[in-house]
Amino acid sequence: MAAQASFIGQKNKKEQVYTDPWHMMNEAARTPSFFTGSEVIKEAVRRASCDIMVAYPITPQSEAAALCGELFAEGYIGDYFRGESEFAVMSQCAGAAFGGARVFTTTAGPGTMRAMENFPMWAGARLPIQMIVTCRGINSPLSIQPDTLEISYLMQTGMLVWHAETAQDFYDWILKGYMVSEEPDVHLPLALCCDGFFVTHTKDMVDLTPVDMCLPPYDPYRSPVPCMDMECPPVRMMRDPFVMKSNYISYATHASWQQEVWAAVERSRKHTIRWMDGLIDTENTDADIIVVASGTAVSQSREAIAILEEEGIKVGLVKVKTLRPWPGEEIREATKHANHIIVPEFNVTGWLAREVSATIPNNNRVHAGPHVCGGMTMPPEIIAAEIKTVLGVKAPSLAGRGG
Amino acid sequence: MSKERIKIAEELFDIMPAEYQDLVKRATYGNEQRGWKDIGNAKELIEEHSLCAGCPESMAFRYILASLPNPEDTVMVGSTGCTSLVFPHVAVHNIHSLFGNQNAVASGLKRALTVRFPDRHKDVVVLAGDGATVDIGLDMTLQAWFRQEKFTTICFDNELYANTGGQESGLMQKGFVAKMAPVGKTFEKVRLPEIARESGCHYVVNCTVSKPNLIEKVIKNAVHIAREIGPTYLQLYTPCILEIGKNSMEGLQEMRDSEKPTERFAYKEYVSEPAKELLAELAAKEKERKAEAKRQLASQTVTV
Repeated sequence: MAAQASFIGQKNKKEQVYTDPWHMMNEAARTPSFFTGSEVIKEAVRRASCDIMVAYPITPQSEAAALCGELFAEGYIGDYFRGESEFAVMSQCAGAAFGGARVFTTTAGPGTMRAMENFPMWAGARLPIQMIVTCRGINSPLSIQPDTLEISYLMQTGMLVWHAETAQDFYDWILKGYMVSEEPDVHLPLALCCDGFFVTHTKDMVDLTPVDMCLPPYDPYRSPVPCMDMECPPVRMMRDPFVMKSNYISYATHASWQQEVWAAVERSRKHTIRWMDGLIDTENTDADIIVVASGTAVSQSREAIAILEEEGIKVGLVKVKTLRPWPGEEIREATKHANHIIVPEFNVTGWLAREVSATIPNNNRVHAGPHVCGGMTMPPEIIAAEIKTVLGVKAPSLAGRGG
Repeated sequence: MSKERIKIAEELFDIMPAEYQDLVKRATYGNEQRGWKDIGNAKELIEEHSLCAGCPESMAFRYILASLPNPEDTVMVGSTGCTSLVFPHVAVHNIHSLFGNQNAVASGLKRALTVRFPDRHKDVVVLAGDGATVDIGLDMTLQAWFRQEKFTTICFDNELYANTGGQESGLMQKGFVAKMAPVGKTFEKVRLPEIARESGCHYVVNCTVSKPNLIEKVIKNAVHIAREIGPTYLQLYTPCILEIGKNSMEGLQEMRDSEKPTERFAYKEYVSEPAKELLAELAAKEKERKAEAKRQLASQTVTV
């Protein structure tokens, strides 16, 4: 941190003070503000000392990308431009990160999938790019509505993957995300996900850090791989590219590097726990029934738990904050007393239930569902009905609601 | 900037690889007059390579690396292909990310370097084959030019997908029978130099790599113009002798045959008006430098 520490106390061209990140995020006074999730992205980026932001329109992230453009016009970002497609945008982000910049971008749904080839490359090249993913449907028939299926794919890329529930999570985690992903023993890209529209297009009270404080700038020389700026001595790297000369050497090199990428994901655990106060949040984990959820499914689950409590049914809650690193040990501990583990999700495949099932003992306790997708909301009553069904309690049909 | 940037700690010098020692002793970093003739005594930036014997691309690589005006501050961006086999031997920073996205990577890279080093020239040079430049990467190639990104794009045009075994490419000649073109390619060679001009490139050259003097000149022009004005594009014929059925010693003749006035690699050059002015300024400075050198030499002669 030596190079970054030397900036602390100095002012940037916008008169913001480079501030110790721990003080800024945990001790500085906060101002309550009423903002949409997209506006919250802008406010976080305003304080993030970003060098480069690359934008491309796709619903529901377009508003956030446009608002970051305003930040550039105001002088808060080093450079900003619109790429020609999501594949190109993520490639442009890669180039900027290779060159030693702190990079930010946003995408959603089909854009995430179009750009997918880049993400394992980002992770393999150890580029600490932060990408906001405002999740939406990616399937045919066309949907622009919330759906978290794309997270299922992102989890296998070697990136850090966090799933925000609220605009407040979003604000804090954007800034904390850079602190974790830029650690020398991590140095990985971060996909910071939220459920599109539910978070991006609704207004909420968010406590903002002071506008005249910002993160210290990124120091590319703390990277575990050389920064591509010719400031470090270049070398002729090898006599023969191993990719051509020996299948065994190629295999060994590739395998060990892939393992190193995933080891770096694991090494992020300790930093993430410190900054985010744990990888999960829990409530009433002594209950016989536990809901495990991430994103806005957590909010809907809270409402369902309140409904059931009025009926005398006690249900606990696990809010999963990070998907990579995966909080396996934490979830095992939080669910050890439960006979029923309910996993409601805003996608049809149930990737969270799969992950939970894969990491806890006696996984026949896991009930995958309810599932909604393609923009369908998840009324708390659906979750409550699912829990009653699991318990063998008769629940009224929801089909006639409103009829 | 000079060789000082690649100095080896004295205690460790003898255990460093011979190639690295050679680079430190003889590299032409910091020498503005460096050029292809230095290849003879400074192996310069590239040591060995793993291309086929007699591959014209290997000649092109050496000429280009020796002609970079500012290698100590140049980053190259490559793409999937035979160039990927050479870059590990090259002593300038280079990036290989994905197939075809080289101009997008270069866009982000150049902008990042400009933000980080606003008062210094950091040159970015893209070097990719015709498949990466004109086929899978065409969108990103063109959009970088539309946006007036300040870097040089070099296409090693071997008129097919060479690294994967000779499949049809957009720059392949019409009628050429290739894998994936079993009855001969059905459309004309894409006219990318013309498209480059219309897309905003300020300096466009179409030629072979048979003449090192010429390559040195166009590389220097392209990098200087990209640095000061906007995008530049070089399309260099580097035939894949393997895939067109030539022997190791026939690559040079293949290029000479293809650069005749009526052939597809006859020398063509486009220079925009702002670029012409810049080249004139650079030529005037060079003339003055030579005159000054001559004066100094004359005064030394008198003293002796």
